[in-house]
Amino acid sequence: MGFVARLIGKARRSSPWLLHFDCGSCNGCDIEILACLTPVYDLERFGVVNVGNPKHADILLVTGTVNQRNRQVLAVLFEQMAKPGVVVAIGACALSGGVFREAPNVLGGVDRVIPVDVYVPGCPARPEAIIDGVLLALEKFREKE
Amino acid sequence: MSIAADSISCVELCRAVAACKEKGCRFVTITCVGADSAGAELLYHFDRELALSHLRLTVSGDEVPSISGIYAAAFLVENEIQDQFGLVFTGLAPDYRRTLFLDGQESPPPFRRDRGPDQGE
Amino acid sequence: MAGTVLPFGPQHPVLPEPLHLNLTIEDEIVVAAMPAFGYVHRGLEKLADIRDFRQMIQVVERVCGICSMIHALTYCQGLEELLGVEPPRRARFLRVIWSELHRLHSHLLWLGLFADAMGFESLFMQLWKIRERIMDINEATAGNRVILSVNVIGGVRRDLDAGQTGWLLTELAEVEKGINALGRTILSDYTVQQRTRGKGVIGGRQALEFGCVGPMLRASGVSQDIRLLGYAAYGELDFAPVVEQDGDCHARCRVRFAELGQSIDLIRQALAKLPAGDLSVPVKGRPEGETVVRAEQPRGECLYYIKANGGRFLERLRIRTPTFANIPALTAMLPGLELADVPVVLLSIDPCISCTER
Repeated sequence: MGFVARLIGKARRSSPWLLHFDCGSCNGCDIEILACLTPVYDLERFGVVNVGNPKHADILLVTGTVNQRNRQVLAVLFEQMAKPGVVVAIGACALSGGVFREAPNVLGGVDRVIPVDVYVPGCPARPEAIIDGVLLALEKFREKE
Repeated sequence: MSIAADSISCVELCRAVAACKEKGCRFVTITCVGADSAGAELLYHFDRELALSHLRLTVSGDEVPSISGIYAAAFLVENEIQDQFGLVFTGLAPDYRRTLFLDGQESPPPFRRDRGPDQGE
Repeated sequence: MAGTVLPFGPQHPVLPEPLHLNLTIEDEIVVAAMPAFGYVHRGLEKLADIRDFRQMIQVVERVCGICSMIHALTYCQGLEELLGVEPPRRARFLRVIWSELHRLHSHLLWLGLFADAMGFESLFMQLWKIRERIMDINEATAGNRVILSVNVIGGVRRDLDAGQTGWLLTELAEVEKGINALGRTILSDYTVQQRTRGKGVIGGRQALEFGCVGPMLRASGVSQDIRLLGYAAYGELDFAPVVEQDGDCHARCRVRFAELGQSIDLIRQALAKLPAGDLSVPVKGRPEGETVVRAEQPRGECLYYIKANGGRFLERLRIRTPTFANIPALTAMLPGLELADVPVVLLSIDPCISCTER
């Protein structure tokens, strides 16, 4: 492995970037993820930064159920992420479809479309649980690297 | 218990809605109460200074005249009803052709009791 | 370069939610905007076929996590009407308190996201720091931060004791202090004014024609607030709608900012008048008939149509959420703007896509 590749690997391990995608969530989990990034919970102290571009992202946070239309968006985002990437599914809906699992336009959890590494339960997931989930994702990310 | 609504037919619809607009009513929404092979029932809700008024439209087929020419805001809800109940609004602009939420003709209208996803065609 | 179509979204840094806009642009100017949906659609109204009318409370709470309590409140009020029960007076006051706490957290959330859309990240962090106090109040009084689940048909499930009331008031005073300290930055900062004044203008007449609701309508000079109908205990409290005349993004910002103070005032009034008594009345029987109920959510008027036939399941449940009514106005507000202003104007309607698509 060349020097540059090792340097990039080290940088990614110590400061992985987050991408958040709302698949079809009720916003409950989304606002808790945002709350995690603000001063009270401050997820950024672990070196993560929220970015908007999937090509910069090492960890993908997904909330909400998958439906016919957003499954394509989700698959494309996963495809575009930097490799190796870690996927964290947040909230009951992302795990299994939650309260909406029987609704006509719902396919189910996120793992129907992309492989999920960490599952964070809760409806909505608490900020503490999200922080735990992201820390677990960091560990998995370091193993993959 | 039921809500007080003026019953109208398809022919009178546009005139009645235009009259509401002239009175300065705010268009609230359209509710499709139900639709099956016998026809459909729609409720048009209007608001004027916090007082609601309703028009009840009963149609016998699948076709309903669109009011998006009178209240432009109606395009969203009419497209939604096309998706969910498989009705057709004539003169609707912009028309998403049942792709607002769903995938057009490939997906059966989920809210229809006679040809929803459970019953088949 | 005539008529380039630029896709905006569904995944976009400024939007926490997937909304897609097809923007037709000429040079840097937007000439037409057409929204596209379906990324959050679940079809939850259909769940009324398989969940009974009591279980549906949990479903309607999850129409939208930001105004969940008011969704449940509207639904419960509709069913109370159909079942002919009247919630106790204490329950009605408690409903006002939690509704206004929801409005506070939602408006603080919006002001933060709006600041973030302008690139003012430190203001976003400050506002969300204040918001955490409201979330703490929610958690202490209802047991959950976001989805409160306090409403049942016939009343509420949770009570406030004397200790909580006192603590709530001191926390509110802190929130008020924090908001006032940021007021000058939010309203009169040079950058904020440059980004928001005269952007996305919609006049009162036009706003009414497009069927706008809530702060959108009030920022265009139309005084309309569904709370004036006096549902829950609003009839016994003293307040007047906040109205601004300009109809631009800055006016919408001013309305929401002033409503923060109004909400704090309403909570204080409700706490001062909070009567003793039961939390809920027993409900017997099954609903029959049809009704239309409305309530004022942080984003505006929300309308529920409920039709029941005396069975366990409702025959039809229709939810018209406030963003659904505000989106058509976007097609009129966006043309003529520069591309860089689109995120700010889009955010100024406080879009809640999960409400819109359900």
